[in-house]
Amino acid sequence: MSTDVENASVMSPHDAGPAEVIEAPRTTRRIGKRSRTNFEMYSWLFMRMSGLLLVILVLGHLLIMNVLDGGVNRLNFGFVAGRWASPFWQIWDLLQLVLAELHGTNGMRTIINDYSKNDVTRFWLKMLLYLSAGIVLGLGTLVIFSFNPNIGD
Amino acid sequence: MAKMPAGTLYRGREGMWSWVAHRITGVLIFFFLFAHVLDTALVRVSPNTYDKVLDLYKNPLINVMEVALVGGVLFHALNGLRITLVDFWAKGTRHQRAMLWIELAVFVVLMVPAAFFMLEHTFSRYFGS
Repeated sequence: MSTDVENASVMSPHDAGPAEVIEAPRTTRRIGKRSRTNFEMYSWLFMRMSGLLLVILVLGHLLIMNVLDGGVNRLNFGFVAGRWASPFWQIWDLLQLVLAELHGTNGMRTIINDYSKNDVTRFWLKMLLYLSAGIVLGLGTLVIFSFNPNIGD
Repeated sequence: MAKMPAGTLYRGREGMWSWVAHRITGVLIFFFLFAHVLDTALVRVSPNTYDKVLDLYKNPLINVMEVALVGGVLFHALNGLRITLVDFWAKGTRHQRAMLWIELAVFVVLMVPAAFFMLEHTFSRYFGS
């Protein structure tokens, strides 16, 4: 397995300059069964597409909530009630919630796959991740749709 | 001086560090989102409970952390656009390093006024006349 790497360093001696050496890749090792779906390709594509939308949704959200016209100092229950009276901001927030949570969960999944050292840890970390994603998506959606501006009366 | 290990086109260069920063900001934003959905859910409890927790966001110390959060999100957004260009634009790979420096310039240009306004609101609330 290491012969490729050794050959590569023989073919590109160090006096060629350190920045010009690219090691030959290691032999690929297939872990488990070969997947019949193209899940990882769709996940890669989803990260780019949701990312583009989130640039507008999240930066817009932060600009309105944190930067403009007093920032967080003007936020309170009444401010939320005023915004969610409009379907435009309800849809904005719902889209933002769903895309951000899925984008973040998929990113965390990649990180868990990269760094967890054994299969049991990896499995349980991912279960915990999916549980937290379920809570955030369920609770967030419920709050947007069931919001009652007169709850205090 | 220590000799650089072989295979350093990527390692230790701009590409690696932007990747590291992308991961770290991504994880931090993910955890903040979890907390943020929980605090927003308090609007279903009562206006009073919600307003009390929201007052935390107006605390000057937390306000500085919000500037860091906005900075983290802005970096992740701009760097994500660069990654998307590297993947989809035919010349993206060739210009990835130039795009990183443009990205950092845009980051500074947007972040300086954003930080100014965010801190100014809180400063005038607590220390203004």
